[in-house]
Amino acid sequence: MDETQDAPRQDAVPTDDPGPTPLADGSPDDLTQLDPRYKTMMRLVAGLFAIVLLVGATIAELAIPGWTGVVWAPVLLVVAYIVFYLPMRRYATRGYSLAEERLRVVRGVLFHSDTIVPFGRVQHIDVDQGPLERGFGLATLTVHTAGSHNASVSLPGLAHETALAMREDIRAAIRRDTR
Amino acid sequence: MTPEPQEAKRTDPRSFAVRAVMMLFQLVIPIAIASATILDDGKVTDLVGYFLPLVTGIILLNVFIAYLQWTKLTYTVGEADIRVESGVLSRAARSVPYERIQDVSLEQKLVPRLFGLVEVKFETGAGGKDDLALSYLSEDEGERLRELVRARREGEEIAQEEGVEAKPAEEAEVLFAMGPKRVFTFGLFEFSLAVVAVIGGLAQQFDFLLPFDLWDIDYWEERIAGQGQWLSGLGPLAQFAGIIFALLSLGVLGVATGLVRTALREWDFRLERTAKGLRRRRGLLTRTDLVMPLHRVQALRIGTGFLRRRFGWHSLKVISLASDTGGANHDAVPFGQMDEIAPVVGVTGFHLPPENAEWHRAVSRYRIDKAALATMILLPATIVVAIVGSSWMWLAPAVGLVYTLAEQWWRWHHDYRALGERQLYSRHGWFSPSLAIASRVKLQSVEIAQGPIARLRGYASLHLGLAGGRLRIDGMPVEEASRWRAAICDSISRTDFSELLDAPGAPAT
Repeated sequence: MDETQDAPRQDAVPTDDPGPTPLADGSPDDLTQLDPRYKTMMRLVAGLFAIVLLVGATIAELAIPGWTGVVWAPVLLVVAYIVFYLPMRRYATRGYSLAEERLRVVRGVLFHSDTIVPFGRVQHIDVDQGPLERGFGLATLTVHTAGSHNASVSLPGLAHETALAMREDIRAAIRRDTR
Repeated sequence: MTPEPQEAKRTDPRSFAVRAVMMLFQLVIPIAIASATILDDGKVTDLVGYFLPLVTGIILLNVFIAYLQWTKLTYTVGEADIRVESGVLSRAARSVPYERIQDVSLEQKLVPRLFGLVEVKFETGAGGKDDLALSYLSEDEGERLRELVRARREGEEIAQEEGVEAKPAEEAEVLFAMGPKRVFTFGLFEFSLAVVAVIGGLAQQFDFLLPFDLWDIDYWEERIAGQGQWLSGLGPLAQFAGIIFALLSLGVLGVATGLVRTALREWDFRLERTAKGLRRRRGLLTRTDLVMPLHRVQALRIGTGFLRRRFGWHSLKVISLASDTGGANHDAVPFGQMDEIAPVVGVTGFHLPPENAEWHRAVSRYRIDKAALATMILLPATIVVAIVGSSWMWLAPAVGLVYTLAEQWWRWHHDYRALGERQLYSRHGWFSPSLAIASRVKLQSVEIAQGPIARLRGYASLHLGLAGGRLRIDGMPVEEASRWRAAICDSISRTDFSELLDAPGAPAT
């Protein structure tokens, strides 16, 4: 019977699986991971924010007499989450690929997005470096397509050389296409 | 890895002077006004003593920053692209390949003009701020860049332009026109509740300007009663009639506004097919004349209204690249029957969904989740307000809840999507349902997005990058979304975007 054959398949694709479903045509393994330094940079940014948070918590703690830790404890939990856990998760969920003349950018811990921009639609390419990114030798690659909405796709956390190389790749592909 | 073929150039040094002059206008005048008002009754010595050093300091600082920015902004005219690098603290490098530059425009505002400088804009179709602009270069350099870019864009385009010019513009075929009668009918449907609300609000705000009190029931009662003496005896009934009368007059006002606005905008509407594309002329007092090049049409949108659908009235909008005018949406047929719209659709190179199109609707889980989410928020809100709030306040969240549930129910029955061989269709909306027809080749990017609930329940939204508009399809099963994406990406990869744009008159595939 058909049902017996279908049964194991149904188990393999449970609809109510709360785990992260691998998106789209290809599992995350054919994606390239970002530069590991990006994780450190996210930690640093979160750390700066955490310091502000901790200072605030300390002031609140001193202002409220008694009950030591009533502010500190939850704030420490939040800090641990944003400094240690979140950058790790964000790093793990991000990836890109340049296969088949398409730029694919996958990102998002809670809100997942998986974008594909074929090289043939790229209008121009930006390689940006913020002050922190410069310190870490990282860069953000942004490709712009024609149009107003959702018209630019940016990929942060690339090594600067990688970003420049990718820019050359995409540009070369555009040139090849139009000739 | 990074070949730097040509030397990086800076913009004209005088542009720094232009910035300074413009900044003076922007900065000094407000500061002067502010200080004048603040130190209205203060002594002049105070003004000189405190404000002058402060203002000078701010100006010097800004001049210094402008100088730094100028030294850091360089552009390189390379073999294959133009690159601009900028930024003092954070560096940005933008590269625009020649193949992507649609046009180079030179713009002269007043101050740069005095200095003999131009702002050079490289239009890529990205529209607005994402276009590359160099401010400011000398006029000669601007002209040189424009010539250079045009030369690189090969001789083919020039030949085509000549071909277009050669054809006489007169032999235009009228595709759609609206006479006074049609405009009048259109105006009746343009009755806008918003306008009525605004007028009602204004009447309340500025009622002292009116010779009578709009909201005075007694006044209306008197008016009614004055016309027929017998009414005066009928107290409550006359009051009721008064309210009806007030509402009616607001309604008449709303219809009249709709008529006038529509007539002003749409008078003598003509859509013609010319060699350069669709030409639209309309308007009573300000007559606008717009040409929509056919090869720039990205997608179509056929819309209708809650009421006008009953009478078969639809509108056709053309979504095109935004570089011609400010708005990216162009009304091609603002108000017509489907059999009038169909030929226009044919001219644009698109076609209406075929009979055998496979229509699918959003998964039921998506609608249920949306309705459940609304209930989870609005139902407790209703209860809380009913207990805490004053008498009728709870109606607001309750109405919101009913509205959302009704909308989801309606859209579950009416929102459909279909993927054709060359086009994709999305029918959506509640009060003003519309059908979007997009060409698969002309899409820019495809994104599959999932929120936490969507991931848990196994559906996704498909965001399609469309030049000049937005197109998203919600509540697709994940597998289908990725199948659509693969199919669309295949279509996109086959043609380069510049080919689509560089072939004027070619039918949109």
